[in-house]
Amino acid sequence: MIGDIDPLIINLTIFVLAIFVGYHVVWNVTPALHTPLMSVTNAISSIIIVGAMLAAGPAEMDWGVWLGAVAVTLAAVNVFGGFLVSQRMLEMFKKKDKKGSA
Amino acid sequence: MSANMVALAYLVASVFFILALKGLSSPESARRGNLFGILGMTIAVATTMTLTENWALIVGCIAIGAVIGTIIAKRVQMTAMPELVAFMHSLVGLAAVFIAIAAINNPVSFGLPEVLPAGSKLELFLGTFIGAMTWSGSVIAFLKLSGRMSGTPIVFTGQHMLNLVLAIVMIGFGLWFFFSETTNWTAFIVMTAIAFLLGFLIIIPIGGADMPVVISMLNSYSGWAAAGIGFSLGNPMLIIAGSLVGSSGAILSYIMCKAMNRPFLSVILGGFGSDGGTVVATDSTQKTYRSGSAEDAAFLMGNADSVIIIPGYGLAVARAQHAVKELAELLHKKGVNVRFAIHPVAGRMPGHMNVLLAEAEIPYEQVLEMEEINSDFANTDVVLVLGANDVVNPAANVPGSPIYGMPILDAYRARTVMVVKRSMGVGYAGLDNDLFYMDKTMMIFGDAKKVVENMVKAL
Repeated sequence: MIGDIDPLIINLTIFVLAIFVGYHVVWNVTPALHTPLMSVTNAISSIIIVGAMLAAGPAEMDWGVWLGAVAVTLAAVNVFGGFLVSQRMLEMFKKKDKKGSA
Repeated sequence: MSANMVALAYLVASVFFILALKGLSSPESARRGNLFGILGMTIAVATTMTLTENWALIVGCIAIGAVIGTIIAKRVQMTAMPELVAFMHSLVGLAAVFIAIAAINNPVSFGLPEVLPAGSKLELFLGTFIGAMTWSGSVIAFLKLSGRMSGTPIVFTGQHMLNLVLAIVMIGFGLWFFFSETTNWTAFIVMTAIAFLLGFLIIIPIGGADMPVVISMLNSYSGWAAAGIGFSLGNPMLIIAGSLVGSSGAILSYIMCKAMNRPFLSVILGGFGSDGGTVVATDSTQKTYRSGSAEDAAFLMGNADSVIIIPGYGLAVARAQHAVKELAELLHKKGVNVRFAIHPVAGRMPGHMNVLLAEAEIPYEQVLEMEEINSDFANTDVVLVLGANDVVNPAANVPGSPIYGMPILDAYRARTVMVVKRSMGVGYAGLDNDLFYMDKTMMIFGDAKKVVENMVKAL
């Protein structure tokens, strides 16, 4: 029966459920961490790198592959920049008594 | 790797992304949350690697991106966080457009049929125009936030009409692309070009202090762009991650609008604070205020039992967070109960002030949100307002005022109010602030950092 369903509908199901998960998880984020929330979500949105890698993937090199390669680079800047800057910010939210070398 | 294994690995990565956001519910678990995010991304990239053939090219590109990203992340000033986030949103948007173009060029490499089915075309259309608007909108937001472009709204007559017409034309070309039997590049390119243009046009009329809404909205867009690409590629992980980000940004926009008591649509249509004609409370010709020196202020605070500091965008501009921390510490040593009150829209992005205070190593237990602290103002000896204006304007309680209904920090209830400001100029809303003319208010003019440093010296 599942084979008869258009994949679009299955993806739509996932989409709607994921929005609900996002909604509930994000409302629990403490307002003090809203800036890190933005940088973490920004880093997560660079999951688009997966699509970029597929574009850059084929052995047969045409301009589409190069376009994909540029997209991989852009997304990689975001992956590293986003997660590292989040880490840096979150280090600052450590409790004071534990303040050590950081 | 078999397709099933890949799908399972993607599921694991998706779960890690959810855990990453869940971790942000408290500062203690937040760093672990970020690590979950990194782990999820690593799994996703490593798994995708097995599906590609050009390893050298891809690893090389990732390495270049890694170097650039790491340098940016290490070097950026905490005060520059809003423009950094805007810049990174623009990258996601542009990457989405490039991926969509590559997918139309060579659908087979994405596991799509040679001739794109209508459904895929629709999804690619959505991913492309959201991505294009995210890119150009974020570029404008970046330019405005970094001061490379004036923060004042750019408005002209027929602006909304033009945007509407462009949006309709864009959808028209999208439909043409959608219904064409073969790959219709002309329609696609025109559609994409209009989407880029629309991104610019939509953000230029929005003023500086509305940036918290804009930046949250662009955050949301970048997520939807990723989800859109996920639909095109039939990749549930992209859909899940994109939806998480999309809903996160949407919730933040909502919170920001609520904190300004302005409908989302009015923020997005822009032009706020530009039309001086409609401002009512400009009868301030003869109002008098009291000004004092940093030394007077230091003396008063040193003798108070309780002090609440209200930071605003002025603190970020002056980079005064470290001076403020010194001040708070000195007062604390004198036995003064020092706390910080944060308005949700203080600064240029959600949580901006919290990050600056955390950078200065001010313990977050001393930093309170509006709802937590508002009832305490009446029992507070001294309130020190540092570069904030509209968020403490009691006009918000006066019916008929342009900001009526906006939740404010009740600074006016404190026994003494001290306001550090560069001049008597009006705030973003173009409104005079009655707080400045109250008998118990003392104005201290100057750069926030210099004033606070003088206070520290005097103590």
